[in-house]
Amino acid sequence: MYDFETVKELINLTEKHEVSITEVVIKREKELSEKSEVEIRKRMNKSLEVMREAIKQGLTEDITSMSGLVGGDAKLIASAREREETITGNIMSQAITRALAVSEVNAAMGKIVAVPTAGSCGILPGALLTIADDIDISDKEIVDSLFVASGIGLAVAKQASVSGAAGGCQAECGTASGMAAAAITYLLGGDNNQVANATAIALKNILGLVCDPVAGLVEIPCIKRNTMGAANALVAAEMALAGVESKIPIDEVIIAMKEVGEALPEELRETSLGGLAATPTGCRIKEQLKAD
Amino acid sequence: MSNLSAFDTLGPVMVGPSSSHTAGAVRIGNLAREIVGKDFKRVKIYLHGSFRETYQGHGTDKALIGGLLGLSTENSLIKKSFQLAKQKKIEFEFIPADLGKVHPNTVKLKIEDIDEDMNIITASSIGGGSIVVTEIDGVEVDLTGEYPTLITLHEDKPGVVAKVSAILNEYQLNIAEMKVVRQNKGTLATAVIGLDYQLDVSILNKIQKVSEVKKVKLVNPIE
Repeated sequence: MYDFETVKELINLTEKHEVSITEVVIKREKELSEKSEVEIRKRMNKSLEVMREAIKQGLTEDITSMSGLVGGDAKLIASAREREETITGNIMSQAITRALAVSEVNAAMGKIVAVPTAGSCGILPGALLTIADDIDISDKEIVDSLFVASGIGLAVAKQASVSGAAGGCQAECGTASGMAAAAITYLLGGDNNQVANATAIALKNILGLVCDPVAGLVEIPCIKRNTMGAANALVAAEMALAGVESKIPIDEVIIAMKEVGEALPEELRETSLGGLAATPTGCRIKEQLKAD
Repeated sequence: MSNLSAFDTLGPVMVGPSSSHTAGAVRIGNLAREIVGKDFKRVKIYLHGSFRETYQGHGTDKALIGGLLGLSTENSLIKKSFQLAKQKKIEFEFIPADLGKVHPNTVKLKIEDIDEDMNIITASSIGGGSIVVTEIDGVEVDLTGEYPTLITLHEDKPGVVAKVSAILNEYQLNIAEMKVVRQNKGTLATAVIGLDYQLDVSILNKIQKVSEVKKVKLVNPIE
């Protein structure tokens, strides 16, 4: 049995069977779905392709969201970078450009991979695929790291929640950022503890973030929060790979996230009754959309 | 939660922007299409709660129509579903509504099929793209689209449900779940029977021949 509830259990399984995190997640999926490893890998490979397509679409096509409120910001950062007007360097600029691109495609009813949700779909592709392109690595290794991200996501989903309505934005963008940090750390050769530390650091940094979408749409502030999630994933992976440890173990961070989520008032859990949604401008946008 | 797949947290592949308001709406359309089971020409869509408030911004309207046309949650054509419906000469209309004490993401579909029969289906999108059909033609149900499901309309007499399950037993078809709802005491009842495997049309015909069974319908599972 390869099932696990916590990151600790996941790591214990790797030690018990002397396999990688990727292998545990694939073996678990085999048990659950009765599908072959080839089929399971093929499906993850397809997800990778969809992520790449979404990035490309977001950077080449004219994107406007369904409401007409957002779109085109990914291109703005991309052209600033082409003019060498980046203050955070190429990697960070690429990562946030791509996170924006995928999120904008999502808001325009384009095809994306929900990681873990549609609202946070830009974070992992933005951060992970930027690093992957930079080090020129095989697709098989990228897919391996996607299974690691997925396994981390499972541990969060099982112990807490990945839904904004249940746990606020920390549950969506926080989890996505933790998943991306884990995948990057794994891809760059980090060991199990470093993967766990990267996830913990990423989640801790986003703890408490509320879900307050203007007019109830996955647009403002969701799209920009995807850039924050991607940047935070890079920060957390860089720290963990350098040997920085999270003093609070990952599973305790996940439980803290769950408790913080439960303590959030309903106004700040996707109901659009508080936070940015309740600002004068947020309310005005909502009224305007209704009138149209 | 233990049966969560690796593709639930890294996935599904879907057309955005929202798993509950877009992907879930597509799946409601898909399942409604299976329930109707034949071509249709007119659809009235009553949107409740959060669906009513945000359906245009989330593309819930396009997603429902796309689902009714049989598009999957990852089909990029969903964005153009209105044009596709018009090409097929299907009329559709969206009506903001208050459907009472139901889930905030609930929709009622009135679908007139080619035989001019009206199919009335109520469904909710309950999160992460999961859905549940709660009512079909006035009968309370609990349909998630996971299993092939038999729905019968039969005379409310002792032994009718036993006759139907005997036929399933004859073919060694296991019943995964079953619910029987009375329409009116002593007149008509509905059985909703979830099965583990697809069943053959010949079995369906056999059930149809049970004299107390007025109507039987097979709803196939959706993706």
